[in-house]
Amino acid sequence: MPHPRHPRRRSEIWVGARDSLPMLLGAAPFGIIFGTLAVPSGLSPFGALAMSLLVFAGSAQFIAINLLAGGAGLPVILLTTFVVNLRHALYSATLLPHVAGLRQRWRIPLAFWLTDETFAVVQQRYAAPDLSPHKHWYYLGSALAMYGNWFLCTLLGVLLGRSIPRLEHLGLEFAMAATFTGIVVPLLKGLPMLGAALAAAAVALTARGLPYKLGLVLAALAGVVIGVVLEELRGPS
Amino acid sequence: MSGHELALILGMTAITFLIRYAFFALGDRLAFPPLAHRALRFVPVAVLTAIIMPMVLLPDGAHWQISWHNPWLLGAGVTGVIAWRFHHLLASITGGMLVFFLFRWIAG
Repeated sequence: MPHPRHPRRRSEIWVGARDSLPMLLGAAPFGIIFGTLAVPSGLSPFGALAMSLLVFAGSAQFIAINLLAGGAGLPVILLTTFVVNLRHALYSATLLPHVAGLRQRWRIPLAFWLTDETFAVVQQRYAAPDLSPHKHWYYLGSALAMYGNWFLCTLLGVLLGRSIPRLEHLGLEFAMAATFTGIVVPLLKGLPMLGAALAAAAVALTARGLPYKLGLVLAALAGVVIGVVLEELRGPS
Repeated sequence: MSGHELALILGMTAITFLIRYAFFALGDRLAFPPLAHRALRFVPVAVLTAIIMPMVLLPDGAHWQISWHNPWLLGAGVTGVIAWRFHHLLASITGGMLVFFLFRWIAG
């Protein structure tokens, strides 16, 4: 037994990983598609793997290779990364009371591994009524499972992409459009959300000729502003 | 790996990490304004819609193709309907891709 004094820690890690299983299955196809599309989009195979290891943010990675293939400039990709990932600040603000007692050597890796999926799983663990002092080991278990899964799926996708020549002519980029559509449609609930989508669509289509894909930034901004304004007009619900 | 690629990956790494770490690092000295909280909820819909629409309506990047002979529009439409009706992401993507590839195969 490597840790005879801390059986609880090991079981927290294991249960954290196990509870993340549905999330692993959900993320796997996206990791594979990302790896497959990254190289035709302009990343090197090594760059695709490095992005999954270092950035570790699915939607931002997808959007980045999409922008890269469309000829976007570095500032636009970085700005979009910022906007798209800003939701993570919300997650860390929510989890802060639970990690505030931990040392920075815990907080740094836990922050690095904070994804939508791990947040969803870990938040439930922290909300559980038991007073286990090892709930951050559960967080670690979920994070490591997601991280390993994401890297392996990216690797699989890169290898798959290399074995299919002229992949870019297959129309597999449609997988990206389909993924985004499948994510957006269920979110379109209520007038403010619909208005945000319509405003973003209108600006994106009108401003699509702007250089460096600046139209995307304008469209996102327009969508957010219209959404907030419509919500404001409707008053508190 | 080119310098541009390195800058892209390191830049994205730094931005993503700082966003995730800011609250963990600074603790209660950082406050999230309620307006930002509300605005963030619209970000995924706004960004993703802005990416999808030009891809689907102008697949070649230059010409509008608003017709059922456009496999991108057809496939995305099927994905959207399945996602809206069943709230199942993987099923909606699979359905849309099936229609997309089937259509391209039939149309030659």
